[in-house]
Amino acid sequence: MRIDRRDFLKLAGIGSVVFASGLGRLGHVANTAFAAEDDFFFVQLSDTHWGFTGPAVNPDSAGTLKKAVAAVNNLRDQPDFIMFTGDLTHVTDDDKDRRTRLTGFREIIKDLKVKNLKFMPGEHDAGLDEGEAFKEFFGETHYTFDHKGVHFIVLDNVSDPTSTVGETQLEWLSADLKQRDKATPIVVFTHRPLFNLYPDWDWYTRDGDKAIELLMPYSNVTVFYGHIHQEHHHQTGNIGHHAAKGLMFPLPAPGSVPVKNPIPWDANQPYKGLGFRSVEAKVKEAQYAISEFSVKGDRL
Amino acid sequence: MKGLKSRLLIHGIMVAFITIVICGHLIAAENEQVIQITAKRFEYTPKEITLKKGVPVVLEFTSLDRLHGFDCPGLKLRLDIRPGKVNTLRFTPDKAGTFPFHCDNFCGSGHEGMRGTIIVTE
Repeated sequence: MRIDRRDFLKLAGIGSVVFASGLGRLGHVANTAFAAEDDFFFVQLSDTHWGFTGPAVNPDSAGTLKKAVAAVNNLRDQPDFIMFTGDLTHVTDDDKDRRTRLTGFREIIKDLKVKNLKFMPGEHDAGLDEGEAFKEFFGETHYTFDHKGVHFIVLDNVSDPTSTVGETQLEWLSADLKQRDKATPIVVFTHRPLFNLYPDWDWYTRDGDKAIELLMPYSNVTVFYGHIHQEHHHQTGNIGHHAAKGLMFPLPAPGSVPVKNPIPWDANQPYKGLGFRSVEAKVKEAQYAISEFSVKGDRL
Repeated sequence: MKGLKSRLLIHGIMVAFITIVICGHLIAAENEQVIQITAKRFEYTPKEITLKKGVPVVLEFTSLDRLHGFDCPGLKLRLDIRPGKVNTLRFTPDKAGTFPFHCDNFCGSGHEGMRGTIIVTE
């Protein structure tokens, strides 16, 4: 099916869109550089885990990412860019295999119509070699970019296996933020949650509180992340945190079972729990309307 | 003469203090249970550790390959296990029960399964 961008914008008004950001509005801000910029949307794909095999969990492990690529290509309006929030590949202990998987991932996503692609690693991509292989394929693991008045910050909280952002990157973040007006719309991409979602399952960033502290003075900050393979929304102060579904296997809700294992494939509901999201940025209002899609592109 | 007495008194107090500290440590060390644990991808050996409530314990971790972690949320214990050294964790369990622990420094394909249990008996 084709998805009309306007359709899911309409849905925002009747509550089918999962989340409309509670960020503060920018109406009170005079003379802002972004006031005249256009609204836009981007797509977030996460946790594609290319290279994973496990028929009980996903018998279509070789086809799921391809279906998602086709579904994104089938959107009537194409996003301004696509962000991959880590775990592009499934972990392998072999450096050569890691590169083979990164190559395989890159081969599949080259079919995306949109060529403005942004990447960041997950611990599966970068946790064993401090991001060395990832950088060979996709460049830096942390960076910023600006798009239509929104300042995007990509934070790496996986290349250090201790699940930290690290002092060096925190200093870099602090220096970057000091250049921003307090009301600048800021979107942060991370792989792991910055807040303590469920530390027993490694669903946290050990020094994430320091990053949040740096971001807290800014009134329009939203974080999009992956890692937990399910939709999740959380608020720390004025900062919204939104986890995306994965594209290989879903994981149970935080703390809902004693041991975290992938949720088995349901033959009656194939691809259940998998999907991607679009994020509509209403820059003037500093709001983000999120729509969730199944692997095949059906709006959920 | 008065100054000499003062110095002797101070000296005596210091000796007594040091003696108490050393004896205290020796008594504590005598009572401490020392458990050596190796960590390697993707297992702890032993992976089940039995302790007694109220008895001080020292966990001595050695990594046989790379950085691992030890996180036992139920007892509020965590430690980085770095290779090339003995990584020590000293505590006294204050409650009985079964407390799972796991590696919380990503270590590879079997990381999720690198787990163990501490059992604290009454």
